[in-house]
Amino acid sequence: MSFSHTIGGMTWHFDSLRDLMAKASPARSGDFLAEVAATSDAQRAAAQMALANVPLKRFLVEALIPYEQDEVTRLIIDSHDPAAFAPVSHLTVGGFRDWLLGDAATETSLRALAPGLTPEMAAAVSKIMRLQDLVLVAQKIRVVTRFRNTVGLRGRMSTRLQPNHPTDDPAGIAASVLDGLLYGNGDAMIGINPATDSISAISELLKMLDGVIQHYEIPTQSCVLTHVTSSVAAIERGVPLDLVFQSIAGTQAANSSFGINLEILREGYEAGLSLNRGTRGNNLMYFETGQGSALSANAHHGVDQQTCETRAYAVARHFNPFLVNTVVGFIGPEYLYNGKQIIRAGLEDHFCGKLLGVPMGCDICYTNHAEADQDDMDNLLTLLGVAGINFIMGIPGSDDVMLNYQTTSFHDALYARKTLGLRTAPEFEAWLARKNILHYDDNGLRLGQGVPQLFHQALARLS
Amino acid sequence: MSDHAPSPAQADAWSQLRALTSARIALGRVGTSLPTGAQLDFQFAHAQARDAVHLPFDHGALSEQLATRQRETLTLHSSAPDRDVYLQRPDLGRRLSKASVEQLRSYAQTRSQGFDLALVVADGLSSLAVQRHSPAMLERIDELARAEGWSLAPVVLVEQGRVAVADEVAELLNARMVVILIGERPGLSSPDSLGLYFTYAPRVGLNDAARNCISNVRLEGMSYAMAAYKLLYLMREAWRRQLSGVSLKDEAPVRTLEAGVEDRQGNFLLGTEMA
Repeated sequence: MSFSHTIGGMTWHFDSLRDLMAKASPARSGDFLAEVAATSDAQRAAAQMALANVPLKRFLVEALIPYEQDEVTRLIIDSHDPAAFAPVSHLTVGGFRDWLLGDAATETSLRALAPGLTPEMAAAVSKIMRLQDLVLVAQKIRVVTRFRNTVGLRGRMSTRLQPNHPTDDPAGIAASVLDGLLYGNGDAMIGINPATDSISAISELLKMLDGVIQHYEIPTQSCVLTHVTSSVAAIERGVPLDLVFQSIAGTQAANSSFGINLEILREGYEAGLSLNRGTRGNNLMYFETGQGSALSANAHHGVDQQTCETRAYAVARHFNPFLVNTVVGFIGPEYLYNGKQIIRAGLEDHFCGKLLGVPMGCDICYTNHAEADQDDMDNLLTLLGVAGINFIMGIPGSDDVMLNYQTTSFHDALYARKTLGLRTAPEFEAWLARKNILHYDDNGLRLGQGVPQLFHQALARLS
Repeated sequence: MSDHAPSPAQADAWSQLRALTSARIALGRVGTSLPTGAQLDFQFAHAQARDAVHLPFDHGALSEQLATRQRETLTLHSSAPDRDVYLQRPDLGRRLSKASVEQLRSYAQTRSQGFDLALVVADGLSSLAVQRHSPAMLERIDELARAEGWSLAPVVLVEQGRVAVADEVAELLNARMVVILIGERPGLSSPDSLGLYFTYAPRVGLNDAARNCISNVRLEGMSYAMAAYKLLYLMREAWRRQLSGVSLKDEAPVRTLEAGVEDRQGNFLLGTEMA
């Protein structure tokens, strides 16, 4: 079905809902690369007006990627909950924006609504929202998950301690882990991107992280970011594994380029559950996503990159994840060109994920060939902190020496904690205070002095 | 002078750990923020990496250098007209401009028997890497090619080029093998990392599965000698088996000359009795 909108003496035509969504997307390099973007600012604004008039129900009958061709579309349509959808089923996309900003949308009503929304509905409404709208609505929502601690509570923000090392050297990794812990980071997880992808190397890293968490009784969880099938293989060998990782995307073809499908993810999820290692709960999947991944696999079906990204959250929520991380600036300037595009994309992803009931975090990051810098990351960090993000990355000095990109540092997390009053997961906060690493007094957050007793023996081993 | 209060910046009591990793640990703090020194160090590193991306490819200087050892060069341009377009349109960086295609075609007509090996140099994402490391790397590759008796095409210099542009160059030159030396995406602490990509039977339309990569060639990373050694292994195997890419693994026996492996600390957070 085609769409049109008349304004300023011109009538603008759009071939399909897919075309309308792409043309209505705020400008970004990836959509130009895919040749799906609006060709003028006026065409984009007209598309947004036409999109605002589309009934939400339309998304249930006009799939952007055909049901027969794509298992993600089938998952979205087959798992849609009409009863949950009822409160907004009479609305257009524009009316839905007003509803979300209005007083009827509360933490409770939005939680109940999530199963009634499809990713395309969330993506559509985000396209006609300003940054402050994306922040305000996301801030109403809380998605709380549990494994060995509790992440996502109001007033809290967690960090993934990312102690990567170019050669997976155990001493180098341990040094970054200790640095991060002493800066109060690591409650979302201690998660390593391995440099070497063999099962034996991965198993060694998992044993190392498990040993550290057990020995120091840290209320957190570990992850080694390897392919889901490698995690299953490690589990079968009896390796202690907390969170099961996988990169996912919003189309079947893109997931296929990652070597996965829904069935493989289900096997990974069930293998993780079989270990029963969570003490507070059993959310144990850790997914990473990012706008542009479907296009880079040439698997986007002419759908704009932000809508493709939102469809990945339908995949994620099917497996009750502990954390979902949009790695927003990692992919490079051909998808998100500059700080402005990265900031908007990070807020869109967080909003759409939360609206769909997904525990969203963000790798607030950039590469050196993007037109972005630390000031842009400060903006996005502050905005996401206000929006109530579940977790961010924490690495030494913002410099990932293994993956060669820049993300938020241990210090950055403390900036957000201080300025926005955001605390760590409660179990982790109690541990930090007990071990004299970080505590709160009348003047707010305070780091301890020197090296706490807990780590004296470890440092003594080095001298 | 003694009236001034001491700086509120404080070092971390675990700075000894800095010897264990290149990661920016134990930076110290002022309150809970980065001290001025660490903040400015970061800004300088980022500025170096940015400059490496935007530094124009000085192909003239490279041509002159190669001419001093009687090495002929051809200078071409990709379909990406400038850096701004290059960064947003990787597809254009993978193809030669129309003028360059014509130039290469007319050259190839004079050499209809083709070549065993074509060498391509492209700026990629770091002209700095190309400027610093490609002369020495090219010299080593030339030496090993001559020792194998392979015929060499002129060195092709491509402005605003991506890895796959080498396929088009090699196809037009009728070359049986191609190696492209290209600036890799600069890291904050590695602005000048050179990458080598090798393809057997190159032609337009191949993807990464058809290539072998040797990465991180720079003073602090992989040495020229080691890169040349690995490349020769790959090329000999490719010549014998007539293929490259995923089915051609880098199994070159590597002499473990790196010192200090046995001195490594290991995971000091757990004693060896626990690990």
